[in-house]
Amino acid sequence: MIELDEVAYSYGGGELFSSVSLSLAPGTFHFLTGPSGAGKTTLLKLCYGELKATAGQVRLFGQDTRDLARDEVAQLRRRVGVVHQDCQFLDHLPVAENIAMPLTVSGREGTPEDLEALLGWVGLRCQAGQLPPELSGGERQRAALARAVIMSPDVILADEPTGNVDWDMSQRLLTLLIELNRMGKTVLIATHDLGLIRAAKSQVEARVLRLKDRRIQAAGANL
Amino acid sequence: MEMLRRMLALLAGDPQADRAVPPTGFTARLTLMSAAAMALLAVFALAMSLATGRLADRWSEELARTSTLRISAPADQMQGQTVAAVELLRTTPGVAEARPLTAEEQRALLEPWFGPDLPVETLPIPQLIEIIEEGDGYDPAGLRARLQAEVPGAILDDHGRWREPLVQAAGRLRLLAWVSMGLIALTTAAMITLAANAALSANAQVIRVMRLVGARDVYIARAFVRRFTLRALIGATAGTVLGMLAVLALPSTDVAGGFLTGLGFQGWHWLLPLTIPPLAALVSFFATRQAALRSLGEQS
Repeated sequence: MIELDEVAYSYGGGELFSSVSLSLAPGTFHFLTGPSGAGKTTLLKLCYGELKATAGQVRLFGQDTRDLARDEVAQLRRRVGVVHQDCQFLDHLPVAENIAMPLTVSGREGTPEDLEALLGWVGLRCQAGQLPPELSGGERQRAALARAVIMSPDVILADEPTGNVDWDMSQRLLTLLIELNRMGKTVLIATHDLGLIRAAKSQVEARVLRLKDRRIQAAGANL
Repeated sequence: MEMLRRMLALLAGDPQADRAVPPTGFTARLTLMSAAAMALLAVFALAMSLATGRLADRWSEELARTSTLRISAPADQMQGQTVAAVELLRTTPGVAEARPLTAEEQRALLEPWFGPDLPVETLPIPQLIEIIEEGDGYDPAGLRARLQAEVPGAILDDHGRWREPLVQAAGRLRLLAWVSMGLIALTTAAMITLAANAALSANAQVIRVMRLVGARDVYIARAFVRRFTLRALIGATAGTVLGMLAVLALPSTDVAGGFLTGLGFQGWHWLLPLTIPPLAALVSFFATRQAALRSLGEQS
């Protein structure tokens, strides 16, 4: 699905990380953890082609992102659902239209019933007509998750999806992500919330990766 | 043909895609106003181009076929010299017609300077004879020599001295009008590019979100291009209608004294301004598309 081979990323003269190798196999569940500023968000952006590595190779569904034009990256991005910490919606459009946006831009037509079912799955049926700024933090995260999965992507990347929500809501979001993984989706969650990781490990076989000292390492049992 | 098909598809639009970009008041007004103003100016430039074209044609055709003989003689010899000159002209090869102007025609010629009811009969003004040529025209040097011998008070003016500069001036005015139209098109493109860039910058977050969900650059550009093309079309239509009404309200040829043969449109020329709105839309389409794709490339 997504492979990083000896990847480095530098900006502003400083190297954020180097020699990072990672492989996300189909149907696996990963956590990416590490201190703030370690480069978790950057690593995620490399995974869906928003950034290009300064060294090494990033392969998205077998294709080297360095060789891809912007439009080709956009095409591949339709197979990757991304949930941002700050969600990033079009604030002038209702929640339902925001969630359906990936279908719109790809020229596909979803049925109202499918959208209704998806809204029900994330518990936002009553908020479908509201504008994103009217939603609570947890509702926004669930809306972002619904938008990320509407194209039935192969991979779901979530960047601090529980960063702005309380414990109950983070458990609810985690449950949704685990459900997706059980449906065969590959999931990578970047988080510094160790409690979330512990809670997940009791429900799913998850691999935990830690970004520290500019390197990636497999986390042990000390979580 | 492909481009036309794409333009029509663009105008037909994708309402869902259009909604992704929020309407921005400032750039909408800027595009509408600049397209309207430029279309208004284009109508005037077109009217000027056509009028100067008619002027150049008239001067070059009519004046090339006519000349004037002026007879300055004492009052008691005027009639005799006029008759002699007309007789001489009638026997000159290349002259189709030679006709002394009547007192009323001479009065009309002087009226702009002396006012109406000038008693031309009592004034020592020369008699004018209008000569209309045929075929390759007459030999001016030979005619002058004969006139000198037979009608000593006659001076031949074949209009060549001042016809050429006038025709040249009219031609340059026409060129100037076409250059003006070119500049108007370029200015329209520049204004719309500016407005499109402002809209793209203002919507950087929208673009980021659309990219996040897998939108290709052409898809994002299309939403902006359609909006700006339609605005330019609407603005230019309003400007063209106003311009045509203004041209319609210009004084008629007679009232204006026939100085420029009428600045308005004549006959089927009234259809020509109708091409301005689609041309403005075309200019807007290419300007916005170029600006959008360049800006999206820079924002990546």
